[in-house]
Amino acid sequence: MQLTGSEIFVEALKREGVDTIFALPGGVVLKIFDVLHQQKDIRVILTRHEQGAGHMAEGYAKATGKAGVCLITSGPGMTNVITALADAYMDSVPVVAFSGQVPTALIGNDAFQEADNIGLSRPCTKYNFLVKDVKDLAQTIKEAFYIATTGRPGPVLVDIPKDISMEKGEFHYPSSVSIRGYNPTYDGSRWKIKQAADAILKSKRPILYIGGGVLFSEASAEVKELAEMTHIPVDMTLMALGGFPGNHPLSLGMLGMHGTYVANMAMHYSDLVIAVGARFDDRVTGKVSEFCPKAKVIHVDIDPTSIRKNIHVDIPIVGDCKRVLSELNNILRATVNGDQKEQRKPWWDQLNAWKHEHPLAYEQDPKGQIKPQYLIDRLYHLTSDRDPIVSTDVGQHQMWAAQYFKLKNPRTWLTSGGLGTMGFGFPAAMGAQAAFPDRLVLCIAGDGSIQMNTQELATAVVEKLPVKVFVINNRFHGMVRQWQDLFYEGRYASSYLGQTPDFVKLAEAYGAAGVRIADVGQVDDGIREVLSIKGPVFADVPVYQFENCYPMIPAGGANHEMLLGDPPDLKKPKGTHPTGVQADSDTILTA
Amino acid sequence: MEHILSLTLENKFGALSRVAGLFSGRGFNIESLSVAPTLDPSVSMMTIVTNGDERIIEQIMKQLNKVIDIIKVVDISECDFVERETALIKVHTRPEDRAEALRIADIFRANVVDSSPTSYTIEVTGDVRKVQAIINLLQPLGIKELVRTGRIAMGREPIRPAQAQSRPLAKAN
Ligand SMILES: Cc1ncc(C[n+]2csc(CCOP(=O)(O)OP(=O)(O)O)c2C)c(N)n1
Repeated sequence: MQLTGSEIFVEALKREGVDTIFALPGGVVLKIFDVLHQQKDIRVILTRHEQGAGHMAEGYAKATGKAGVCLITSGPGMTNVITALADAYMDSVPVVAFSGQVPTALIGNDAFQEADNIGLSRPCTKYNFLVKDVKDLAQTIKEAFYIATTGRPGPVLVDIPKDISMEKGEFHYPSSVSIRGYNPTYDGSRWKIKQAADAILKSKRPILYIGGGVLFSEASAEVKELAEMTHIPVDMTLMALGGFPGNHPLSLGMLGMHGTYVANMAMHYSDLVIAVGARFDDRVTGKVSEFCPKAKVIHVDIDPTSIRKNIHVDIPIVGDCKRVLSELNNILRATVNGDQKEQRKPWWDQLNAWKHEHPLAYEQDPKGQIKPQYLIDRLYHLTSDRDPIVSTDVGQHQMWAAQYFKLKNPRTWLTSGGLGTMGFGFPAAMGAQAAFPDRLVLCIAGDGSIQMNTQELATAVVEKLPVKVFVINNRFHGMVRQWQDLFYEGRYASSYLGQTPDFVKLAEAYGAAGVRIADVGQVDDGIREVLSIKGPVFADVPVYQFENCYPMIPAGGANHEMLLGDPPDLKKPKGTHPTGVQADSDTILTA
Repeated sequence: MEHILSLTLENKFGALSRVAGLFSGRGFNIESLSVAPTLDPSVSMMTIVTNGDERIIEQIMKQLNKVIDIIKVVDISECDFVERETALIKVHTRPEDRAEALRIADIFRANVVDSSPTSYTIEVTGDVRKVQAIINLLQPLGIKELVRTGRIAMGREPIRPAQAQSRPLAKAN
């Protein structure tokens, strides 16, 4: 069958089961858009910025497990999507991005809207392709989806010159692919897994440390079985939230820089760390030389480069988390004897002591300003029966959301971990909502971060993506202010945002709903009101401005050296006005 | 510690930049790099000389293995190997130095491949010590230009017991 490149593109996407793409047109991709326009199987969501398209594809991918797809034009379209590709690369999100390119004959001539898409995206994609012949297009698309979704997932870019999208070629979609330089290892070494089982049975103070890999490989059930069978406590990274139920008795919550006291103490004093699909990132290890000083380390990961990159590993197991754990569980099921709960009692006594010593806590004055943690805590309690998908931006609110939102299910947590991309939350939530129109999708945003992608309000309204955005409004780049409090003697250099927009009016200007929740007494009703609205909502929640996020391991500190609250000598202004922007300048002056 | 890595990779657009980008992006060191197609024109062989401690080399090997265009990576320096490098050295020669330059070339079995009244261009091939040695000797005469290919290396074929060796060679196909 002879088809144009654009028709081949659409047919290939259909074969890959793509139902939605996030896109923004331009000169060199018009033919592709024209063909997309004349079919009904693939929904095209027009975004207002290519970064939005990229993050929506990420949100879609994280929530579904399928590849998220975006389509953008050459030059500025490409440069705009780079942030999202870099984000997807850091967090191993399967995204397939298609970029338009100037006609083959013009490549390299500084043609209008030409950019070196391949060069630009090389360091932030798992792989990229420039299609030079329409004959190769179908095969390339097949390989792109294959690479993006297998092994350690990641973004792949396919660059399509304009002439390729117009020319005709024979369409034949390959049923399988094999790439000689790409053979991910799925099955872990049995011998190593046996060693791991022995180590687990011998250990006295084991800890399971799970990361995002548990979600990609759909290994939640296996993690749960392992933890329950051996009565081992579970620490989750920021990326792993939802991979193990946050309200499970064996869960210690999140570990790392803003992790719970018990999660970090458990790591520090354990004698066996069982790392699964995690990568010992510096936000988790703190000072590497003092990381888990007494522990043997088992590390299960599909990416060999993650193993022994940052810390020493005693039992490395390269393989897919799900397969390795189910093998491990098989061995343990046959060998575990005695009451594991009883055997682990001394360890759990210690863990429980840590838990009670310093639980997550905040003080909410019933007549004072809303504390950000209170809002998030209430939002969690009022929505948990609906199993919401929760996205966040980046900053303090992200850490509080991670601490207080005890997610029960995988693929319900969308956050930018590795790159820490402000502006991720809102479009990512929209991408998830596009995949699940009937589910409750929440976005917990900061007033700083949200302003990086508010233009997508238009997309939310037009495309009917009813995400509920809660803007935790402290009129600050709160996380930056916190570091300035702690390490720069409270000099708030460029962290005070001053006049933030009226988010209620902003939402209304786009035709969305805006709600303000300004009173502590009004929080529950306010949240209920937001949830009762059909379309997209921006809820503006002015909060106490100077709340800091604890526990905190200062950068470079060891894991057991947590700050648990503001140091006593920290001078903190007491904001008095619950809503007023006016009050801010006064409080700043006294700061 | 110096390591010589031998890479088999796809002979296609972008593969070299992926390797170079990996080294620069992660702060690994490239001492020298040489690449050319093999008998199979879809495949290239690349020799990279790099250095680092054991942990860094392990990461380099793993990261290279992860690059989709790379089919195979071997740390040649872990086994017995032969290495060669070629250098072209243009030496400035005053009349009284010309005999000396030729004498040095001769000692190193180097060839004079170009000559002018004021210079010789000398081609030398050998392992890195030999190339460095001739350069050191020619330097006092005045080296005008120096181009080195970078090192290439190959593992030595393991020597098998005598009777195995006398067996007819399997047909290569
Ligand atoms: C794109 C981008 N630019 C800058 C930063 C650095 N940064 C990290 S957190 C933060 C402040 C975030 O402020 P806000 O969204 O209001 O959240 P808050 O910390 O106040 O909850 C900044 C500027 C970043 N992470 N991403």
